[in-house]
Amino acid sequence: MLKNKQKLMLGLPYYFWAIAFIIIPLCLVIYYGLTDKTGAFTFNNIASIADPQHTKALWIAVKLSIISTIICLFLAYPLAMILVNFKKGKSSILVMLFILPMWMNFLLRTMAWQTLLENTGVINTLLQTIGLPKINIINTPGAIIFGMVYNFLPFMVLPIYNSLAKIDINVVNAARDLGANGIITFGRITLPLSLPGVISGITMVFVPALTTFVISAILGGNKILLIGNVIEQEFSQTSNWHLGSGLSMVLMVFIIISMIFTAIFDKDGEGLI
Amino acid sequence: MNQDALIYLKNISKSYGSQMVLDDFNLYIRENEFLTLLGPSGCGKTTTLRILGGFETPDKGTVLFNNEDITNLSPNKRQLNTVFQKYALFTHMNIAENIAFGLKIKGKSKSYIDDKIKYALKLVNLDGYEKRMPDSLSGGQQQRIAIARAIVNEPKVLLLDEPLGALDLKLRQDMQYELIRLKNELGITFIYVTHDQEEALTMSDTIVVMNQGYIQQIGTPEKIYNEPENAFVADFIGDSNILDGIMVKDELVQILGANFSCVDSGFGLNKPVDVVIRPEDVELVDEKDGTITGTVTHLIFKGVHYEMEVTANGFEWLVHSTNCFPVGTKVGIHVKPFNIQIMNKPESEDEEASHVEE
Repeated sequence: MLKNKQKLMLGLPYYFWAIAFIIIPLCLVIYYGLTDKTGAFTFNNIASIADPQHTKALWIAVKLSIISTIICLFLAYPLAMILVNFKKGKSSILVMLFILPMWMNFLLRTMAWQTLLENTGVINTLLQTIGLPKINIINTPGAIIFGMVYNFLPFMVLPIYNSLAKIDINVVNAARDLGANGIITFGRITLPLSLPGVISGITMVFVPALTTFVISAILGGNKILLIGNVIEQEFSQTSNWHLGSGLSMVLMVFIIISMIFTAIFDKDGEGLI
Repeated sequence: MNQDALIYLKNISKSYGSQMVLDDFNLYIRENEFLTLLGPSGCGKTTTLRILGGFETPDKGTVLFNNEDITNLSPNKRQLNTVFQKYALFTHMNIAENIAFGLKIKGKSKSYIDDKIKYALKLVNLDGYEKRMPDSLSGGQQQRIAIARAIVNEPKVLLLDEPLGALDLKLRQDMQYELIRLKNELGITFIYVTHDQEEALTMSDTIVVMNQGYIQQIGTPEKIYNEPENAFVADFIGDSNILDGIMVKDELVQILGANFSCVDSGFGLNKPVDVVIRPEDVELVDEKDGTITGTVTHLIFKGVHYEMEVTANGFEWLVHSTNCFPVGTKVGIHVKPFNIQIMNKPESEDEEASHVEE
C-alpha cells in the first residue's frame, strides 16, 4: 500500500497538468467571457449569442451535427453488429481498418476530401470523363456533413462495438429460447443492452461535430459559418477574445447538457473504451 | 422405434471445420425422464444440447420431437426451454420482467402472468423477489431465477447446460436436491449436461456417458457405476483400478500373474481383457489370506474412509477402506468374484470411442 504522501507525489505531474492546461485556461475563458475590453464585468459577450448572425451559426452547427450524428449512428450500428459477429481474429483486423485512417492527420484527410470533392476536383473530372454530370457538393452543408461523418464515424463504431461485444451470446439465445423472434430479440435485448455504447457514441460524435471549425472551413469554404468558425474568427481575426470567450461559454452549456445525458444513461462508463 | 420416446436424435453428425464433434449419434429420450449427458469437455454433450435447443443445426441427421421433425425449427418455435450455463439473465430487467419475458411474447393476460410469476418464485423459494435486479442476487439465486424464467413457459422439456458449474460445492449440493424436487413437482423431462460425475449419479434416472462424440454407455446410475462397459466409463465415473488381465477360462481371470475368481463368462480361452475393480471393493486382509500380497505406500484420511495405495506385483492399487493400515504394512489383497468387472479390450482407438448400444 502506498502512503498518502507517496500517492500525492505520484499524482503531482497530473495535478500540474490539470491546473496548467485545464483549470487556468478555463478560468481565463470565464474571465474574458464575463468582462469587456476595459476589464469591466458584463454579460454582453454571452448575450451576443442573440445576435442573429451568431444564433444562425449556432443553429447551423447544432443542425449539421445532429444530422451527422444520426447518419453516423445508422452507419455505425449495423457495422458494429457485423464486426461483433465476425470470429475473433477477423474482427480485430476489421476494427484495425477502421482505426487506421485515424492515425493519419485529421487536417490532411479533410484536405484530401477537399481535393476530391472540388468542382474541378478528382471526382468531378472522373464523372465528366465518363460523361456524367458534375456534382456540386463542395462548399455546401452536405460537404460539411460528409466531412463530419467521415471523420467521426470511428468514434461511433467503437463504443457501440464494445458494448455489443460485451453481450453474452447466451443472453440473446435465452431470448430466442423463450420465444422471441429476431426482431423482438433485437428490440428488447440487444438494443437496450448496447444503449450505453450508443449514448457514448452519440456524445463522442456530437460534441466534436458541434465545435468543429476545421471541417466547415475546409469543406464549407468558409461560406457556411458554424458557431465554431465564429468563435475561431473572434480569436484569430477580430482579436476580440472577450466575445469569443462569451460564445464559447454558451457552447459549453450545450456540451455539458450532452455530457449529463451520457452520465445518466451510461452510469458505469461501459461504452467508453 | 421406441413407443414412449419423446425425443429421438437420429443419425446426428456435426463437425466444426475439420473437427468431428458428433458422429452418427443416436439417442432416445423418454417422457418425464431425468437424463444426463455426461462426459469430459469436448465430448459433444453441449453440442447435443444446443442441437436440441435449436442453436445449432446438425450437418446430418434428424431431431424428432413427438414424432415431428424439428431439425430446422428455430429456437423460439420449440416446445423446450433452456437454462444456460451462466444464467444469461436479462440484466436490464428486474426479476419479474425476466420471468414474464416468454409469457409476454406469447400474449398472455396480465393477471395470468402475475400469477405465474408468483407461482414460479414460490417454486424456486424466492418469493418477494419480483422487483429485485439480477445483479443484486447471488449466483445460486440467479440460477434459480433462470430456472423460473424457463419453467413458467410450461415446456415439455427443460434443457440444463451445466447450470451448477459456477456455484460453490455446498450450494451445488443443495441445488441438486432442489432440481430433483422441481423435476418431480413439474413432471417434465429434464435433459442435463455436466462433466461432474457425482452430480450425474445423484440426480439422473438415466446417464449417457459420452466421449469424443460417441456414446460410451447408457444406463441407470447404478448400472453405469457397477457395470461400466469399458475402461473409459470405469475411469470417468468414480475412482477405479483398471488392470490388464487374461481371461484364462470362464469365471477365472489372471491379473498381475495371480488367478482371481470372477463371475463373467463367454470371453473364450486366454483372452486379454480390461479388468475394473473399484477401490472400495479391494479388501485388505492378512498377508497369508490374500490372493496377492503387497505393501501400503500411501495413507490419507478422507473422512468417510481411508484412502491407501498398495503396491502389489508392480501395480499401485487404490484402496478405500474404513480400516487403517499404516504405511509399510505388508497386506494381502482379496477381491470378491462379483466385484471384478471384466471388459473386452478395445481393438483400436476408433473402437474405444465407438457407439455402444444399450
